[in-house]
Amino acid sequence: MSLFNFFRRGSAPIARERLQILLAHERNAGSHPDLLGVLREEIIAVIGRHVAIDPDRVQIKMDRGKSVSTLAVDIEIPNRDQPSGGAPRYSKLTFDAGRDVLGMRGSGI
Amino acid sequence: MAQVLVVTSGKGGVGKTTSTAALGAALAHDGTKVVVIDFDVGLRNLDLVMGAERRVVFDLINVINGVAKLPQALIRDKRLESLHLLPASQTRDKDALTEDGVAKVIDELREKFDWIICDSPAGIERGATLAMRYADAAIIVTNPEVSSVRDSDRIIGLLDSKTVKAERGERIDKHLLITRYSSSRVARGEMLSIDDVLEILATPLLGIIPESQEVLRASNVGSPVTLSNPLSAPARAYFDAARRLKGEQVSMSVPSENRGIFNRLFARKAA
Repeated sequence: MSLFNFFRRGSAPIARERLQILLAHERNAGSHPDLLGVLREEIIAVIGRHVAIDPDRVQIKMDRGKSVSTLAVDIEIPNRDQPSGGAPRYSKLTFDAGRDVLGMRGSGI
Repeated sequence: MAQVLVVTSGKGGVGKTTSTAALGAALAHDGTKVVVIDFDVGLRNLDLVMGAERRVVFDLINVINGVAKLPQALIRDKRLESLHLLPASQTRDKDALTEDGVAKVIDELREKFDWIICDSPAGIERGATLAMRYADAAIIVTNPEVSSVRDSDRIIGLLDSKTVKAERGERIDKHLLITRYSSSRVARGEMLSIDDVLEILATPLLGIIPESQEVLRASNVGSPVTLSNPLSAPARAYFDAARRLKGEQVSMSVPSENRGIFNRLFARKAA
């Protein structure tokens, strides 16, 4: 919503839209109370089978939208050729699962 | 057949206790026997809003523990003799509220009263879940504001899963009571409208209580607004809601804050 509309129409339409998106997701959450936690563990396990990773250096973000939600995963992988004694260096592995993740497209609206 | 109602909301400060007192008095107005129960153990306030705070001797927990008999704990309203209050305790641990204990008290009240109105504490903890546990119907009090609507949605989910009726596979009747509504702010696009809230929560509307200084004045003097100023806009809205609870068809009007010059002068004099 543009700034112009914001001033012209007041903030109630924004409240309404935010609520509709939030509640559509919260109502769905009943079957998946800790979806992000589960995804995080499983993704770490899959990557961990092939490279050593530090679970604290995995970031998972979700942005819940009205018709599309996105899931972004950032995993830092330690470089093997680290100098002895120094802190490990990391490469960054990024997944951006993008659209229509987990069948959330248009969920409940 | 007695009706057990829970007045609930999830969020605090939206008007559960005010609405419990106002609807209780409105329902009792024609001699119908009504009891209002405060489930907010440790933070009771229904006694204060009803103006009975100095007459509390025994409370709900005393009755559950067997320290007092139910008739000893019930406080009869001084203005309406068919209206009674069962207060919560102020000091005791809220774990003293047990499922069996509450069931027994409600069963005993069903024999004596037509309406049993349970004033739920805020939140979704023990007091709130026990207040709704044995309800036949629920009044969800909601302000047209994002956090209140979200919490109401959560409470509706609990009503459909954690009440005895829901567990038996029956439907609990749910009624939405929108409080602190300001039609002028809605007209300016500053406040969620009735249609917005109804569309989001998909629950039938029981009433619309306008934002009004009469509500604060009523709690200041310790009287349900339906008794302190029965002709005020919020009181009329509560009376309409009470009639709908009794099954009457009452057209839903959105109360306006606009008052005529005569009313304004009169209100000033009365103040």
